[in-house]
Amino acid sequence: MELEPMPLESAFHAATRFGLGPKPGELARIGKDPRGWLKEQLRSPVVPDLVRSAEDERATTRLFGRSAKEAGIRREELVRVYRDQSARRFRAHVRTDQPFYERQVLFWSNHFTVSIQRPVIAGLVNAYELEAIRPHIGGTFQDMLLAVARHPAMLLYLDNAQSVGPDSRLGVRRGKNINENLGRELMELHTLGVDGGYTQEDVIALARILTGWSLARREHAIVAEFEFHEFMHEPGPKTLLGRTFDQGGMAEGIAALTMLARHPSTARFIATKLTRHYVADDPPPGVVERLASVFVETDGHLPSVMSALVDCEEAWLHPLEKFKNSYEYCVATFRALAYEPDERQSLGSLRALDYRVFDAPSPAGYPDVASAWAAPDAVRKRIDWAYTLARRFERYVDPRSQAAEAIGPVLSPRTRQAVAEAPSAAEGLALLLVSPELQRR
Amino acid sequence: MPLTRRELIVRGGLLVLGAGVLGRPTLALAQARTDRRLFVVLLRGALDGLAALVPYGDRFYADARGDLALPEKALIRLDDLFAMNAALGPLADLYQQGQLLALHATATPYRSRSHFDGQDVLDSGASEAHSLTSGWLSRALGVLQHAEGIAIGPSVPLLLQGPGQVTSWSPAVLPGADPDLLARIARLYEADPLLSRTLREAELLQADGPATMATAAEPGARRGSQAFESMMRKAGELLAGSGSLRLGAIELGGWDTHVAQGLDRGRLVNAMQQLSAGIDAFRRALGPAWRSTAVLVVTEFGRTVRGNGTAGSDHGTGTVALLLGGNVAGGRVIGDWPGLAPGQLFEGRDLRPSNDLRALLKGVLAEHMHLSEPVLDDVVFPESGNTLPARGLFHS
Repeated sequence: MELEPMPLESAFHAATRFGLGPKPGELARIGKDPRGWLKEQLRSPVVPDLVRSAEDERATTRLFGRSAKEAGIRREELVRVYRDQSARRFRAHVRTDQPFYERQVLFWSNHFTVSIQRPVIAGLVNAYELEAIRPHIGGTFQDMLLAVARHPAMLLYLDNAQSVGPDSRLGVRRGKNINENLGRELMELHTLGVDGGYTQEDVIALARILTGWSLARREHAIVAEFEFHEFMHEPGPKTLLGRTFDQGGMAEGIAALTMLARHPSTARFIATKLTRHYVADDPPPGVVERLASVFVETDGHLPSVMSALVDCEEAWLHPLEKFKNSYEYCVATFRALAYEPDERQSLGSLRALDYRVFDAPSPAGYPDVASAWAAPDAVRKRIDWAYTLARRFERYVDPRSQAAEAIGPVLSPRTRQAVAEAPSAAEGLALLLVSPELQRR
Repeated sequence: MPLTRRELIVRGGLLVLGAGVLGRPTLALAQARTDRRLFVVLLRGALDGLAALVPYGDRFYADARGDLALPEKALIRLDDLFAMNAALGPLADLYQQGQLLALHATATPYRSRSHFDGQDVLDSGASEAHSLTSGWLSRALGVLQHAEGIAIGPSVPLLLQGPGQVTSWSPAVLPGADPDLLARIARLYEADPLLSRTLREAELLQADGPATMATAAEPGARRGSQAFESMMRKAGELLAGSGSLRLGAIELGGWDTHVAQGLDRGRLVNAMQQLSAGIDAFRRALGPAWRSTAVLVVTEFGRTVRGNGTAGSDHGTGTVALLLGGNVAGGRVIGDWPGLAPGQLFEGRDLRPSNDLRALLKGVLAEHMHLSEPVLDDVVFPESGNTLPARGLFHS
C-alpha cells in the first residue's frame, strides 16, 4: 500500500464503524474526507430497488386462509416472499454505495423490531421495513413512530390488531377486552425506555387509547392494511403520563404517540441506543448527552442527530471496539470479497452463523453488545463458515491482494504475517476473514 | 408468609412454610471436584404458572381465571389442590416418582412487568435490574473448584456470564476447521483479548471427553420443537461426561402468550410439550448421572390471572418454578399458597408472589452444590441475606 496511511485509516473507520465494511475501491472513494462521505449520504440517499412486486402484494394481502388447505397455501407463499425479499435485501447490503444509510435502516428496523417468531407476519416483515422504516430515515422520529404503530406487521406482532376496548360497541356485544402488549412495548422499548417514568396504569391507558388501530377487512377476510375501527375503540377520556386524552377516535392515539415521541425520556433513550450501537457497548455519557440535546432541539430530526454523531470525537477513537453481529459480519465478508450471493448462499450463510433475518427472539430486537455475539460457539461457527467460504473462493482470490484491497490499511502486522505464512490460499483467506479487523466495527 | 424467615415443614400432604427452627447450613467450601451437576432451563417470555401447575382445587380458580380455566381433560391431578397440565405429562410422571418438586406463587424480587428487566433480575440474581453485570450461576461456578459451565445455544445468557469458566455449544451446520488452522487463528487472536478468550473457551469443549465440538456437527440441524429436544439431549450427553462440565443452562422461548394461548391445545400446550420432551431427552442422555443431577426450570415472572381481550394473558407476577432430579426429594409442591381469592391477587390482577424464588435457588446451591451460606449471601445472591435457602430439597 503506497497511499498515505492516516487518511486511509480514517476511511476504514468510516466504512466500518458507520457503514457495512469496505468493498474493494470504497476506501479510495472515501478518500480524505470521511465525514463528508458520511454526511453526503444523509443529504441525498439513494434507495435501493427493493419494491414489492405485484405478485408479492397478492401473496401477502390476504394473510389468513379461510380453510385449512388455503391457510397452508398462504403459509408457503409467505415463506417464499420472506426468503426472496430477505435475500434481495442482503444483496442490496452487499452492493450498496450508501452503507451509512443502510446501517441506519438496520438500526431502526431492529429498534422497532417485528419478528417472524410470529409466523403470520413472515410475508410482511420486509414490506414493513420498506414502508414504515425507510421513508423516515431522512425524516423525524415522530413520523417513523406513527408509521410503525400503524403498520399491519407491528399491529399483528404486538397483538394490537385484536385489542378491543371493553366499553366499545364490540367489547360490550362480545365481552372483549384490551391486550396490553403494544401499549407496553411502545413505551418500554420504542420511546421512553423502561425507566422513562411510566406505570402499569399508563400501560393500560395507552392500550385503551390504541384500541381500534387494527387491520382492514375486505369481503369478510382480514387483509394486511391498516384501518381504524371505531367500533373497537374504547370511549371516554384516558389519562396517560398525567395528561388527559379525550379527543376520541384515532386522533387520541396520534396525540399520545406524538407526546411520547417528544418526551425527554425518549430523547435520552434513543440517544443511548444510538451511542451503544455506533460507539461502545458502554455508551460514553458525553455522546449520549450531545445526541439527546440535538434530538430535543430538532424535534427528533434523524439526519441532524446522525450528523451530530459523526461530529463526535468519541466516535472516531481507535481501536474499533464494537463486535459485529452475525448479519453485519456476514455482509462485511461478502463486501470484502465483492461477491453478491444468491438466495441460497446468503440465507444459508446466515443460517450457518445461527442467524435469520427478522427473527429477533423478542420485541427488544437483536442484542447490541459483544457479550451476545462473541460466545465461544458463535466464534467457532464464524471460523467454520469463513473456512468453508474460503475454500470455495481459493481458486480465484489471492488472499494477499484481497487483504490489501479490503482492509489493507488497518491490517495489523500480526494478521499480515498470519495470512502470509498460511499453508494454502484457502487458509490464508480464512485467516483474513476471521481476523479481528473484520470482526470489529 | 414468605420463605425468608421460615423453614419448610410438611402440612397435610402439601409442603408449606411455617415457623420453624433455623438450622445452620454447612459452611464447608466445595474444594474437591464434584460429581454434582446443575442445569437451568430459562423459560423466556414469562410462563403462565397457573396453566402449568394448575390450582384446580382452589375454590376461586374457575372464577378467577375465567376463559383461561382449564377443562378436566387437560389436567393430571397431583393432589387435592394442584394438577399438572397434561401437556407436561412426563413431568407429572417424575412428580409421581418423587423426582420433581415445585415452588408455586414465586417470583424474583422484581415487581414490574418488563420481560427484559425481569430476565435481567432472574439471571443476575440481583434485587433490581441492571445492578449486576454477571449471572448468579457464573458466580457460583467461580467458587467451585475444577468445574466448568456450558451454555447450550448460540449465545451465552447473562446467567452464565461472569467469573466462571464457560463454553457454549449449539448444533453446527458446517464441517469444522482443522486443528492446524485453529492453532493459527489462536495465534492471530493473541492481541485481541475478547476473541482470544472466547476461542479458548470454545476449545475447552473439544478436550472434554467423547462429545467434542468437532464431532458434534449435525448436518441439517433441526429447528422448532425438535431443535430443543435434540439440544437437551446433547446437553445431557455433555454433562454426563467424565470431564469437568458441571453447570449449564439453556433458553427456551415461546411463553409470551398474549394471544390465543389455548386450553387443551394451542400455543402454550405446544410449548409445554416441547419442554417435556426436552427434559425427558436430557434425563435419558444423562443415564446414571441423573442421580447426581438437578434441573431448575425458571421464568422471569408469571402472567395475569384473568385472560386479556385476545384469549391470552398479559404480563403478571407470581408463577411456578420446578426442581427435578434423581436425588430430589420431590412429589410435592412447596411454598405458601396465597390463593386466588379476589382480595389476594397482587395489584388486583396477578398471582401473589408469596415465595422468594431465591430461596429455592439458594437451597439448591447449598444442598446440592455445597455452597456455604456466606458465599451464597455475599457472592452469588448479594442482598439476599433475609432470604434463607429452602431446605430438605434433596434426599440426604
